[in-house]
Amino acid sequence: MYKILRQIARVGIASEPARPADGALRLGAARLNDETLRLLGRGLAIRHVDAGSCNGCELEIHGVNNPYYNLEGMGIKFVASPRHADLLLVTGPVSRNMEEALRRTYDAMPEPKLVVAIGDCGCDGGIFGEGYASRGPVANVIPVDVAVPGCPPEPAAIIQGILTAVSVAKR
Amino acid sequence: MTLSPPAIDGITLEPLPGAVPAWHAACDAGSWLGASSAVAQRGGRLAALWASDEREARGGHSVHAAFATYEGLLWLELPVPDARPAYPDLSSLFACAGRMQRAVFDLTGLEARDVEGARPDARGWLRHGAWRDGVHPLRRDIGADAALAPGDARYAFLAVEGDGVHEIAVGPVHAGTIEPGHFRFSVVGERVLRLEQRLGYKHKGIEKRFESLSLNDGARLAGRVSGDSTVAYAWAYAMALEGIAGAQPSARALWLRALLLERERLANHLGDLGFIGNDGGFAFGLAQFSRLKEDLLRLNARLFGHRYLMDRVVPGGVAIDLDERASQDILAECTRLRAELRTLRAIYYEHAGLQDRCIGCGRLTPQTAAKLGVVGLAARASGHAVDARAHPGFAPYPELQPTIASHRNGDVAARIVVRFEEAFEAIELQRRIVRNLPAGGLRAPLGEAQPGRWGFGWVEGWRGEVLVALQAGDGGRVRRCHPHDPSWQNWPALEYAILGNIVPDFPLINKSFNLSYAGADL
Repeated sequence: MYKILRQIARVGIASEPARPADGALRLGAARLNDETLRLLGRGLAIRHVDAGSCNGCELEIHGVNNPYYNLEGMGIKFVASPRHADLLLVTGPVSRNMEEALRRTYDAMPEPKLVVAIGDCGCDGGIFGEGYASRGPVANVIPVDVAVPGCPPEPAAIIQGILTAVSVAKR
Repeated sequence: MTLSPPAIDGITLEPLPGAVPAWHAACDAGSWLGASSAVAQRGGRLAALWASDEREARGGHSVHAAFATYEGLLWLELPVPDARPAYPDLSSLFACAGRMQRAVFDLTGLEARDVEGARPDARGWLRHGAWRDGVHPLRRDIGADAALAPGDARYAFLAVEGDGVHEIAVGPVHAGTIEPGHFRFSVVGERVLRLEQRLGYKHKGIEKRFESLSLNDGARLAGRVSGDSTVAYAWAYAMALEGIAGAQPSARALWLRALLLERERLANHLGDLGFIGNDGGFAFGLAQFSRLKEDLLRLNARLFGHRYLMDRVVPGGVAIDLDERASQDILAECTRLRAELRTLRAIYYEHAGLQDRCIGCGRLTPQTAAKLGVVGLAARASGHAVDARAHPGFAPYPELQPTIASHRNGDVAARIVVRFEEAFEAIELQRRIVRNLPAGGLRAPLGEAQPGRWGFGWVEGWRGEVLVALQAGDGGRVRRCHPHDPSWQNWPALEYAILGNIVPDFPLINKSFNLSYAGADL
């Protein structure tokens, strides 16, 4: 126990501030208003679905909860069921074998059903494109609010995408 | 050291050019089975199995089997006529052939038949409902952008019956940030009687996609078969292409590739050590290891321009270099990481909670591992010191002399120990590379890639051996490419490692293997 406590004390707090929301990442109009945001407060629940990625984006989604980015420190947490989720984080070109599972996950979510597509493949199909087994971008299968490009996008960019999805449009 | 080819009766071996010792043999049905049996008797492993459409050239298809033998890679090719698209089943000799043969059927329509003429498992593997039974998308008369009509997605799991037996179905969407796949547990109370995996959810047609790319552009796609192993795949692909095109990367380029591969190994081991600790109820471990991994990724981004080193290994060499300042940064990081790892290893090894969860949990015995042809770190944790860096060895590893970690217990704890030892060795190898980096060019020119020629790449990634079989087509294009992930061999091992354990230990056992879904779903 002593060694664990010493290590914790030695390392200290590594968390860094997040990048603010960026409206340029939006695919459509912002759907939240101040009232909804007030209701969400500082709590946001995310469900992640890998719809066919190379698993590179998953590495960076893991990264958002490392001590540097510390997404959970902002009150944003990953949940195990879409029924508990405000926001769906989707990676990959959507493989045809995952299309139905992705739709069902989306259907199971309560409103406002925010969706953030992660990575070049989620944005436009990426290097895999569309084909006999791939439906391409996430927006081909479910409505997408925010798309975060990158191969893979780094954790700071993923967090920025999430914060953009829960921000109201600047007038 | 050049080894003589494996002495196997009934086939004529042709040496293949390239960085690893490899021989090709054309077979008929009799010699295919005879040579495969001889390999099995001599303790060889099935490394990969795939098929190619040869109807334009000579009619029919070919099925290909690559074996890892003591001498090197033995590659058998069996022409299969259209009139009877069947070949002798290999799953009775090599258990891991089963799923590969099912994938071959889904993609090309060739059927594996046993001695009685039956198909050992006629269920689809990669084909769910995305296309119809009887349609085989890797055939060359189906266009790259063909939209295929959806088919029937039903799948018959093997049912376990008995008093109190029930099923737990999990996936494809899992309760966490992981890749999709389906696990069907048959349990009594909490104890697992049987686990059946159904994978293929991530199948996105990578092999077909290769066929619309140039040989050079194929390197980018190869680097995205399984993102966590991008260096291993890009290197294996480059090795295959360099074999075809007669290119010899400089010693400097090869050493830099090894530097990148060891950084990839270290990054993944750090991540896994954190997540295994977390699944064992020790969140401290995840926080600490994910911090160290992030430090390493940030140094990657600063020195090499990409956190995961994608597209840094290119055909002919590398797209990065190392100057004096960068060398010092890496040496300083090595020193710091080694000290941090020692602290954390002492904490992990002394932690009573982790000992309780990990020792004896999810045991894969050396016998089962051998029977299943398990590779990579999972094999090394189950008493088999298989590592392509040591044997057959590919440049520059014979010069770097890596120490191969191994353990006999085959449990979660053994896979933790092997990861710690390999992490320390990856640090040591980086120091050795940086201090002795030879001078030379970064990228050698590629010669002509003669259409129809095959090349082979074989690289020990962090998870296990990554193989790439590549065939050049007309006009500098890819005619056929089969990238092979070690997860093909290791997924079935998880079905055995879980037996007799309780359901709540599954996430821990699964994480201790950390297999790739994307890599094997293609």
